[in-house]
Amino acid sequence: MFLIPDSIGRWFHRMASPPHFYALTEQLLPWLTALFWLFLLPGLYGGLVLAPPDYQQGDSYRIIYIHVPSAWMSLFVYVLMAVSGAIGLVWRIKLAEIVCISSAPVGASFTFIALVTGSLWGKPMWGTWWVWDARLTSELILLFLYLGVIGLYSAIDDKRAAAKAVAILALVGVVNIPIIHYSVEWWNTLHQGPTVTKLDKPSIHISMLVPLLLMAAAFKLYYLIALLQRARLELLQRERNAQWVKTLLKDN
Amino acid sequence: MKPARRQRLILIILMVAGITSAVGFALKSFNDNLMYFFSTSDVVAGKAPKDSLFRLGGMVVKGSVERPDKDIKVRFKLTDYSQEVTVEYSGILPDLFREGQGIVANGKLDGRGVFVAEEVLAKHDENYMPPEVKASLKGPKQN
Repeated sequence: MFLIPDSIGRWFHRMASPPHFYALTEQLLPWLTALFWLFLLPGLYGGLVLAPPDYQQGDSYRIIYIHVPSAWMSLFVYVLMAVSGAIGLVWRIKLAEIVCISSAPVGASFTFIALVTGSLWGKPMWGTWWVWDARLTSELILLFLYLGVIGLYSAIDDKRAAAKAVAILALVGVVNIPIIHYSVEWWNTLHQGPTVTKLDKPSIHISMLVPLLLMAAAFKLYYLIALLQRARLELLQRERNAQWVKTLLKDN
Repeated sequence: MKPARRQRLILIILMVAGITSAVGFALKSFNDNLMYFFSTSDVVAGKAPKDSLFRLGGMVVKGSVERPDKDIKVRFKLTDYSQEVTVEYSGILPDLFREGQGIVANGKLDGRGVFVAEEVLAKHDENYMPPEVKASLKGPKQN
């Protein structure tokens, strides 16, 4: 066998059956939503109320609890989009194509939030809304990549052909992901270096780190919920002539 | 894995590897243009442009901030811990500006080798901690 073990392949094929996916996610969604609130509320309370002010930035550093998780998610979603796009290209699995294209608007929103909150944070701290340094510019390119993916998909009528084109575009853009992450180390930037995502100990106090990680988990769950909802809708649209959709509609 | 799938997978891996190396080489050759600012060592070594605007980054040297004319004009030294450059600036400094803090200034060198800034941005570091922790850190270890 080449690269991928048999058991994982079988699991993928079972998961990739549209009726199975549709039924499973319907059961999964309420649990995910509950879990999302379970992380979000303590995360927000911990970040906005319990965490102490910063020694330099006072209370205004608290925007970190939105900015950093969205920035992480903007990268995470892109990688997931590209990987599922590649799976769709190689194995021609319809569900992988759907996961790929359904990720794009969610990822674009996270990127947009990261850029806007970063800008709002930059004005009081750095003294400017925007600079063309490597970190900010590469994150802006990421937003354009997402928008390109969304635009390309809606520009092609044949959705299977559109999914292929989108997957290739997503894979081309993958090169931007390490650039964003390492931009602050490779070049002089106004943006500071990484606080948490490095091999070293995080340079943030534990009382501030815990709410940040809770928020990061909440954002991941939010993405999962938004992705599954979008994917279910896309699946119904694409499979509207399939027998299982007809039975489903008749039963309801 | 079926041969057709294997072929597609190899094709994708080759494509991503090709793009990565192409972008890698491009970034390497544009390396200097991607630097947001020059360091003080670059300026002392004469690498910075002489007559045009550029950005200079560094740490504000402790005890170097002075206001020579008792007005808005401020003069301070920047360092990258090997070379120092004197900076003059007239204007409102960002909140985070303080001695020992990293900043990025936009401006140009005058005849005396003094950097006359038109804009000063604060560069904050990646450390976040409560004031009490910072105070307790200050005691034994000066940095």
